[in-house]
Amino acid sequence: MAGGILVYALHDDEGNFNKNSLGAISEAAKLAGELGTEAAVVVVGEVADDGCAGLGAYGASKVYRAKSAPEGLAQPVVDVMAKVIADEGFSYALFGGGLLGFEIGAGLTARLNAGVTMEVTEVKAQDGKLVAERPVLQDSAIVDVGYVGEPGIIIGRLNAFDVTERDGGSAEVVDVEVELSEWSTKATMVNRGEQRGEDVNIEDADILVGGGRGLGEAANFKLAEELAAALGGAVAATRAVVDAGWYPYAAQIGQTGKTVAPKLYLAAGISGAIQHKVGMQSSENILAINKDPNAPIFEFCDLGVVGDLHKILPKLTEAVKAKKSG
Amino acid sequence: MKICCLVKEVPDAAVQKRIDPSTMRLDRSGEKNLNPFDTHGIEAAMQIREGGVDVEEIVAVTMGPESAVRALHKAVALGADRSVHLTDEALSGSDVCATGYALAKTLESEQPDLVLLGQQSDDGECYTIGAVVADHLKMPSLTQVIKIDVSDGKLVCERQAEYGYDTVQVELPAVISVGDAINEPRYPSLKAIMGAKKKPLETYATADVGIEADSVGENGSKTQVLAINPPPEKETGEIIEDEDTNETVEKIVAWLDERKLI
Ligand SMILES: Cc1cc2nc3c(=O)[nH]c(=O)nc-3n(C[C@H](O)[C@H](O)[C@H](O)COP(=O)(O)OP(=O)(O)OC[C@H]3O[C@@H](n4cnc5c(N)ncnc54)[C@H](O)[C@@H]3O)c2cc1C
Ligand SMILES: Nc1ncnc2c1ncn2[C@@H]1O[C@H](COP(=O)(O)O)[C@@H](O)[C@H]1O
Repeated sequence: MAGGILVYALHDDEGNFNKNSLGAISEAAKLAGELGTEAAVVVVGEVADDGCAGLGAYGASKVYRAKSAPEGLAQPVVDVMAKVIADEGFSYALFGGGLLGFEIGAGLTARLNAGVTMEVTEVKAQDGKLVAERPVLQDSAIVDVGYVGEPGIIIGRLNAFDVTERDGGSAEVVDVEVELSEWSTKATMVNRGEQRGEDVNIEDADILVGGGRGLGEAANFKLAEELAAALGGAVAATRAVVDAGWYPYAAQIGQTGKTVAPKLYLAAGISGAIQHKVGMQSSENILAINKDPNAPIFEFCDLGVVGDLHKILPKLTEAVKAKKSG
Repeated sequence: MKICCLVKEVPDAAVQKRIDPSTMRLDRSGEKNLNPFDTHGIEAAMQIREGGVDVEEIVAVTMGPESAVRALHKAVALGADRSVHLTDEALSGSDVCATGYALAKTLESEQPDLVLLGQQSDDGECYTIGAVVADHLKMPSLTQVIKIDVSDGKLVCERQAEYGYDTVQVELPAVISVGDAINEPRYPSLKAIMGAKKKPLETYATADVGIEADSVGENGSKTQVLAINPPPEKETGEIIEDEDTNETVEKIVAWLDERKLI
């Protein structure tokens, strides 16, 4: 029998688990069922017993908790997972989408001399083994990746794995003591999860106007804001403009931001990078305005306008207003 | 301080990238360039030096075929003092696990205080090489860093993670992948471009840096490409070119109206 599947569950400072981690546990439980094995979870930090046991609701049979390891940085988690994998003989490690999972999975690759696949959108059980599907080259092809030897490391794409709750599940909680590697203690968190910029609400909007680097400068966000106001929606942003300080983090969509599915997503000056796409691709209608005809966003929009947003947005705002009052 | 910048040669952005079905690898024919994300790593190294930290050397390091020398020349034109090229037939077909190991071995021979990388390679898009290299080198690491301050031999780094912006202190030696928001890379001067080929370049084969031949290449890799499939068919959207903006806007409004979005 194959060894089990070990999932890392990321949580915030209050001990709330990240949705993509719950998706990864659900996926691991489903796959474990197909392989005839079990799904277990690693949690680091002081997470309460019932919080850990509650992961059973997503299909975890066991939760290995390393209370003394710090949460929020990858390398201590690599130490914990490497030990649990070595002691308990897991065949796979699985991560939901995000950022830390990439770093932990990569660290395990080196530590355990193991194969890794990232941005995985689907996992299949084939002949008693797992095969990971990974879209490559701007999603123009999908590669099926198999593993040589164990363990195999699978890092999911954001929102690739659905959260499924089952009834009555409670996981056994096992405390593990892990001595951290010397180098894992050389990075320390000074401040975690700072919310830069205003707290804006984009989740409840039916219409979102997304602004990207193509706006040119922070002040030009008013073009997006005026259009959003005319349409009765809110303004969202890419990481590029949030990192640049042009717009609040609370408005960011994508891999390390929010996931939205409005009735209309109007992308202005956004290239359509995978990390942005994963947060908005379920929008009912996607309209893109971009001056580069080769921008990846034109591969997945419903209406694409090749042109200069500085010319189009002001006129569009006026036209929408006219239509609404007319 | 000695800084090594990892750089990679990738197909030029204008080249339509594809996988060669016979080898199941990326088709690397056509125009190539220095991975644009790596120019931010070199720029970060230059800014650390210009910020007053005593940086003795900035070394560009790559693993890749013979042609990758051109990426090294570009890296040197952008500010690296010299470069190191790991190239060997035995390396071809290496996956992330094998590539990370080979790069770490090469870096070991340089003993850097700081290794800088780009946030992603434009072709592989694995986002992971930095963390793989770091664990082999037994160094702390962080990826997607958009601000680095050096003080007292320590780094204070900022980056965006799942819950917002994190500030992390990292002791040297360390491996840091930088996000593209960290800086605006400068353009190389004509003089720097002309002089780049004259700067020292060392070329190593696997054995020169102690790489075990059976841990790299296709045979040393721990993943196997089993199949390549096209993505599921999706209806492609309508694309219009903005020639007359009044007309364009009319079309957009009609489209919105049809979908009851106005
Ligand atoms: C681990 C990781 C996590 C990430 N997380 C996220 C995330 O959560 N969210 C996110 O958004 N990104 C994320 N990214 C970054 C992502 O890869 C892209 O870099 C980012 O989405 C690009 O933002 P952008 O489209 O605004 O900028 P660019 O990619 O620079 O695109 C700007 C676009 O504007 C167009 N343009 C320029 N001028 C005009 C004009 N006058 N008129 C019309 N169009 C114009 C250009 O043609 C271009 O296509 C992440 C990356 C990594 C590696
Ligand atoms: N073959 C290589 N040689 C040198 N550096 C590399 C190589 N592959 C990846 N890198 C570095 O690792 C970074 C991240 O790449 P990746 O993990 O492939 O997305 C790149 O920006 C480069 O700095």
